[in-house]
Amino acid sequence: MTTATSVLGTRFARGGALLRAREVGIGVVLLLVFGITTLHNHNFATANSVQQLLSGAALIAMLGVGETLVIVTRNVDLSVGSIVGLSAYVVGDLFKDHPGMPVILGFVAGIGIGAVIGAINGFVTAALRVPSLVVTLAMLYIIRGIDGLIVNGVIITSSNIPNAFIAIGFRTIAGIPWLAIIAFAVVVIVAYAMRSFRSGRDLYAIGSNPEAAALAGVPVARRIFTAFVISGSLAGLAGALFLALHAEVDVTGGTGYELLVVAAVVVGGVAIFGGSGTVAGAALGALLLNTINQALVASRVSAFWNEAIAGALLLLAIAFDRWLSLRVARGLRSAEGAHRDL
Amino acid sequence: MTSEPATRAPQKREYAGTDTSRRPVWQRALRWETGLVVVLVATLIFGTARSSDFLNSTTGFYIGLNMGEIAIMALPLMLIVITGEIDLSVASMLGLSGCVMGQLHSQGWPIGLAMVAALVVGALGGALNGVLVARLGLPSIAVTIGTLTLFRGLAEIVLGARTITDFPAWMTSIGVVPVPGTQLSYSTVIFLVLAVIFGVVLHATRAGRAIVATGLAPEAARFAGIRVNRVKFGLFVLSGVMCALAGILFTLKNASVSYDAGTGLELNVVAIVLFGGVSIFGGRGTVIGVVLSVVIFGTLQQVLTQMQVQPEVQNIIIGGLLLVSVVLPGGGEAVRRLRARLRTGPHLARAPGTRRLAPPSSSDSSMQSEEKK
Repeated sequence: MTTATSVLGTRFARGGALLRAREVGIGVVLLLVFGITTLHNHNFATANSVQQLLSGAALIAMLGVGETLVIVTRNVDLSVGSIVGLSAYVVGDLFKDHPGMPVILGFVAGIGIGAVIGAINGFVTAALRVPSLVVTLAMLYIIRGIDGLIVNGVIITSSNIPNAFIAIGFRTIAGIPWLAIIAFAVVVIVAYAMRSFRSGRDLYAIGSNPEAAALAGVPVARRIFTAFVISGSLAGLAGALFLALHAEVDVTGGTGYELLVVAAVVVGGVAIFGGSGTVAGAALGALLLNTINQALVASRVSAFWNEAIAGALLLLAIAFDRWLSLRVARGLRSAEGAHRDL
Repeated sequence: MTSEPATRAPQKREYAGTDTSRRPVWQRALRWETGLVVVLVATLIFGTARSSDFLNSTTGFYIGLNMGEIAIMALPLMLIVITGEIDLSVASMLGLSGCVMGQLHSQGWPIGLAMVAALVVGALGGALNGVLVARLGLPSIAVTIGTLTLFRGLAEIVLGARTITDFPAWMTSIGVVPVPGTQLSYSTVIFLVLAVIFGVVLHATRAGRAIVATGLAPEAARFAGIRVNRVKFGLFVLSGVMCALAGILFTLKNASVSYDAGTGLELNVVAIVLFGGVSIFGGRGTVIGVVLSVVIFGTLQQVLTQMQVQPEVQNIIIGGLLLVSVVLPGGGEAVRRLRARLRTGPHLARAPGTRRLAPPSSSDSSMQSEEKK
């Protein structure tokens, strides 16, 4: 019996190691892309270029963290791109109307807007038990529409935004951009919560088997609601940072981000049907996609090839993920077989 | 994959929508499609009230012209959603096939051959989706987000920054004049013919039942001898071809094509299919619902445009309708649950899976042995 348990134990440990290897794998691919590109174009490894890489990936990484929480519960949040656009514009508008407003209030406003929309998404999905794909697709339209009404043709430019706020978009600490530090902090905090908090583990339980989770006493609806609120809040925060990074925003801000984020999350090894994946993987996925895009530019590959290569890589990542999970499942099954033989 | 056949005691289970013939008339009338008819009539009355000559053939022509390509893409997507999958690559395929046609034509291919090539590209793209989803068993939402990017990227490689405009005038006029003897655009007529074919196939043939069965219970469908994966593969290929057809019509309508043609249309197509009452979980949906949904979206767009409502408000209305379309049925369910909870006390009603605990059968095998009275 003990042997069987230990066999099972090592198999689980191996499964865990494989899953951990997923993040390592993305890291290796990341370094490969970076190294090969640097060989072609030495400017790719300069501090300036790396800073741009990190800043560019920070927003998608942050959105990817929130999206991971939602996808792990077998749901999806397609409204994040629209939330980024609305949050960025409203924050800009606030600065325009109240030039003396403290910078921190801009962030509070952005996060608040995102949290409210996330709460609506979460309530409709969890309490009314309605498919989140449809709910958040509808919210994508509604929020973009509201955004358009508020924008009404007026573009927020850098002259409307306090310099201290714009500084967050390009300042660095010890050579690391502020944006990357904020994104990193978000990843670390949420990763810790997902690993060690009961509520974090509950999200995985819900995604693995909703009915079993409910029977085990997991407050399914409340957890899903919370996941959507966090995803919305992070999208709101990303919206405020979008404004800081670009120093201007119009009605198209954040358009199409939802699919970029889902792509980054999937590349990062989060299973689209829930139950597995880490926020660190999602953030690395975002960094990898951004690095590939920049690498194609730096290697002077015709810009027309970028999108096709990104799409092909995404398909490869999905197929690879499937192959990996099949291997883990086979490993677990054979462990069970050994258990029966004893 | 072990099946427990006849040994299990037959279990009585109600499936929403499987057998409505025994319900009272008023309940049978309370279908999603009935609601759509009401919404459509309300929209038409509203439009006529705003301007008395709203209901004329010109309006109909323009609605058809605006909606034709989206409507054609919605038909195969409906079937795919009924099988429980989704195809988000439709608009990119529209763009890619248009670009292929434009590029080949500008290189001197006869226009007819260029069109055939576009359709072949559509079939190949659909086959790629189909292989990844049906053969490799990958989740269709992730796969088709990937091919959404891939197809758009291929379109970019094919055309680059160019815009092809030198189509023969007799061809491009097809995109903007009515079919002789009618007041309908070519895309509308094609859509209507296709809708009839899709309707007959889905609701009156073995293949249609196979599609619905695949969505309702894939395992049971497989045991019943339906080649589930082949059904899904075929539908993805069909979707690719239909999107290529839409791409050809879209190109002719605009008399030009560039790599970004139709960007973002996939969400409109999905919205139309879902608003038409097709369940995102698969197994439920009617062609008439999707047709009504297309007409409602087109009419509403026309009314709002004539009223000079900003496109932003139109977005809000589209989103609102979509939200209502899922919240209304879901809300009714939530009320029922609440009442059940009040009746039986919180403890019993809380665990949604308790009912399934009694016999440890999968829902598929219990459905096979279900006896209809």
